[in-house]
Amino acid sequence: MSAPFPEAPATAPAPAGSLLAASGLHKTYGQTTALDGADFSIHAGEVVAVMGPSGSGKSTLLHCLAGIVRPDSGSLTYQGAEIAGLPDQRLSALRRTEFGFVFQFGQLVPELTCVENVALPLRLNGVRRKAAEAAAASWLERLEVDDVRDHRPGEVSGGQGQRVAVARALVTAPRVLFADEPTGALDSLNGERVMELLTEAARAAGTAVVLVTHENRVAAYSDREIVVRDGRCRDMERYA
Amino acid sequence: MSIGHTLLGLLESGPRHGYDLKRAFDDKFGHDRPLHYGQVYATMSRLLKNGLVEVDGVEAGAGPERKRYAITEAGITDVATWLATPEKPEPYLQSTLYTKVVLALLTGRDAGDLLDTQRAEHLRLMRALTARKRQGDLADQLICDHALFHLEADLRWLELTAARLGALGKAVGA
Ligand SMILES: Nc1ncnc2c1ncn2[C@@H]1O[C@H](COP(=O)(O)OP(=O)(O)OP(=O)(O)O)[C@@H](O)[C@H]1O
Ligand SMILES: [Mg+2]
Repeated sequence: MSAPFPEAPATAPAPAGSLLAASGLHKTYGQTTALDGADFSIHAGEVVAVMGPSGSGKSTLLHCLAGIVRPDSGSLTYQGAEIAGLPDQRLSALRRTEFGFVFQFGQLVPELTCVENVALPLRLNGVRRKAAEAAAASWLERLEVDDVRDHRPGEVSGGQGQRVAVARALVTAPRVLFADEPTGALDSLNGERVMELLTEAARAAGTAVVLVTHENRVAAYSDREIVVRDGRCRDMERYA
Repeated sequence: MSIGHTLLGLLESGPRHGYDLKRAFDDKFGHDRPLHYGQVYATMSRLLKNGLVEVDGVEAGAGPERKRYAITEAGITDVATWLATPEKPEPYLQSTLYTKVVLALLTGRDAGDLLDTQRAEHLRLMRALTARKRQGDLADQLICDHALFHLEADLRWLELTAARLGALGKAVGA
């Protein structure tokens, strides 16, 4: 824990009861400061929209929260335990079992069919093919794309592909879903339907959602929003 | 838009005569709708009666435009409260919001905070409409969508303005 965090700053404890909390996150890339003391917390089952101008640090924040990118300093706790300094292997196990991911593009394996794509995370966790594909099929149905179950990603529309990606992210029943511009490439009707399905499914499963978006209509599906500016988070509840 | 609050805000940087106030207002906010002198004096006498301004001096030559007004402590508090209170989200807010942003810049208040407060207010209504839409029938959905698109347009304006605060501050001489 001390090696990657030589001078962990004295930070305020995470708000009580938060599932995932970060405080004082710093991350620089060369000359660029991507995060400059960002604080964030999310409760179980909560949907939080992360907004802010392009380049403000939203994706970097999401990547740090999800343990994909290591911050230069700051604290990150999951279920009350510090995770920022965990070894790579433990972090990736945490990601595989507790977290789900949806990005804007290119996340499905092109060689696999849609149902195989959705079943993949379960297979990686050791679930047998038949059971995994049955679970995957029911998620495809829930996201209204069971008709493309045997298509490959190259043979479906952008909107269908995103629904498959949402199904794949939720099939393992993660505690936290990280979504970075999940509807960024869709038209507004499709984008909204995907948001509706995503938030309904997450709420039903008690999955918390960290949703990066620049669209206010998409953010309106959240319970709460924060705005990232210059690598810091502003909690909009403050203005309520 | 509240002419009273706007004139009060313009007085915060120092006492001004009636004609000077009108000129400053027209210059910054009048655009296509300059104030009438009558509006200025009606507004100033109301502010005077409510103790938000006081007469600071009278130039020779009588005439109401010769009165010099100064803002009172109560007036400053009144401007601060107005700037800090978000507008009820409704169509065509731009001129009020624009005025508030410029006055915040001119009086050294945090214009970014003002925009964030308004943003939170707009998004709160968008959330409520989105929730209603999800439970409603097609007619509800279409009605809510109409309101949502208008609110979204306002929000985009708020975002763009937030991104241009530095330039706007220079342009209005703050
Ligand atoms: N891997 C990287 N290497 C170098 N610089 C990076 C890297 N990732 C991000 N940055 C820089 O860090 C800053 C924040 O980037 P980030 O991707 O977090 O912004 P963002 O808010 O997600 O923007 P957008 O809305 O455009 O996606 C930017 O200046 C970006 O150029
Ligand atoms: Mg990004």
